[in-house]
Amino acid sequence: MTIAIVDYGMGNLHSVSKAVERLGFEGLVTGDADAILGADGVVLPGVGAFGDAMEHLRASGLDGMVRQAAAAGVPLLGICLGMQLLFGESEEHGRNAGLGLLPGRAVRFAGGSAGADAEGGVRGGLKVPHMGWNRLEFLQPDNPLLAGLEEGHVYFVHSYHVLPERKEDLLAVTDYGHPVTAIVGRGNVYGMQFHPEKSGELGMGLLRNFLALAERAGVEGDRRLG
Amino acid sequence: MLAKRIIPCLDVKDGRVVKGVNFVNLRDAGDPVELAALYDREGADEIVFLDISASNEGRATMIEVVRQTAGEIAIPFTVGGGISQVDDMKRILRAGADKIGINTAAVLNPQLISDGARRFGSQCIVVAVDAKFNPEWGEWEVYTHGGRKASGIKALEWVKEAESRGAGEILLTSMDADGTKDGFDLPLTREVSRSVTIPVIASGGAGKPDDFYEVFTEGLADAALAATIFHYKEIAVPDLKRDLKSRGVEIR
Repeated sequence: MTIAIVDYGMGNLHSVSKAVERLGFEGLVTGDADAILGADGVVLPGVGAFGDAMEHLRASGLDGMVRQAAAAGVPLLGICLGMQLLFGESEEHGRNAGLGLLPGRAVRFAGGSAGADAEGGVRGGLKVPHMGWNRLEFLQPDNPLLAGLEEGHVYFVHSYHVLPERKEDLLAVTDYGHPVTAIVGRGNVYGMQFHPEKSGELGMGLLRNFLALAERAGVEGDRRLG
Repeated sequence: MLAKRIIPCLDVKDGRVVKGVNFVNLRDAGDPVELAALYDREGADEIVFLDISASNEGRATMIEVVRQTAGEIAIPFTVGGGISQVDDMKRILRAGADKIGINTAAVLNPQLISDGARRFGSQCIVVAVDAKFNPEWGEWEVYTHGGRKASGIKALEWVKEAESRGAGEILLTSMDADGTKDGFDLPLTREVSRSVTIPVIASGGAGKPDDFYEVFTEGLADAALAATIFHYKEIAVPDLKRDLKSRGVEIR
């Protein structure tokens, strides 16, 4: 069982791959198309700016690989900026098109001026970036990604948040002045706005559930091929 | 609403934990990686490593500690001590740390805050401030070089500058309270929290669970850091969190 962690030059992927390994799977940090298409599950991590990230993905052709993997039914998990990239677009530093795997867009927390990421600030009593431990509220506790887990705190670091177009794609929210998209899922495409690899037991539980989905998909895929 | 954070701090020299560590259930209580993993299991919300190595070899060892820690724990961690250049930050973040703490170097060269924030994002940059009450001024003064040198800079002005340059957090140590176990410095913490909009981590003086309750409520702190009381098991992290939760503090 191999989980490909897409390396496109954005951020440190060591923690994600180690977390995957602690859960008993091989975590392969890779920018190689074959490795991504051949993996049982794909994790799209990301820190930094949306536009830069998409540029890196496009320049290396990895945007197509990720779309192809998703279309082939391989479980895909976007983490933090990686979740935002799954959507249609972001307003971070002007308008940027995302991967478009899920309908919706990323917007800055209310009131904050675009491009002021490095400055932070308080808007309506809320500090931007939204950084720290905040509590998840499960909207679809029966979803396999949330199975067997209880609502609790996870670790967020972000200045933009996602407005999904379809309510049914929203699996969990957190409260930061208003409900903020925390977990999304549709078919085999999932996203977490927080860092599960930095979110203690609950984070590890969520990753474990994703890996179980990858395992199941792999078995079913083998059966079809067989 | 964000949870208030409890942060154990480990002083590390040449890859070993130095400040009093008294854990019986660890194979090697001097191993920072093992100790960090234990605090993670106990429910600590974050870990701070303070590298007090004086040599280059010691600092190189710290990189290895960071790399191993990143593979072992599932909570964020900060590394501070002896970081004076953007390249130092890069090495530590690459090794897997989530945040970088800068103190003396930021006072001597405030541009380091701006450069670090632009390069890695504000969320990575923690400005550590050692403050001591100056009776002549009637307010707090920033000290550098591990508390040995008065800077002549007012703490409340310095934290504002740090924020405007892109610091993501302030790690505030009261030199007056540090080591006393009489509680955090509430007036200092409150004044600093009111001066900035970024999170403030209070440090110095923790002796009992009440002290944490007070610094979160009266002191307006977002997080509280302590070393000895955790290392010597005077307060266990799970007990502390249970106590705070029962008193209505938002705790993970």
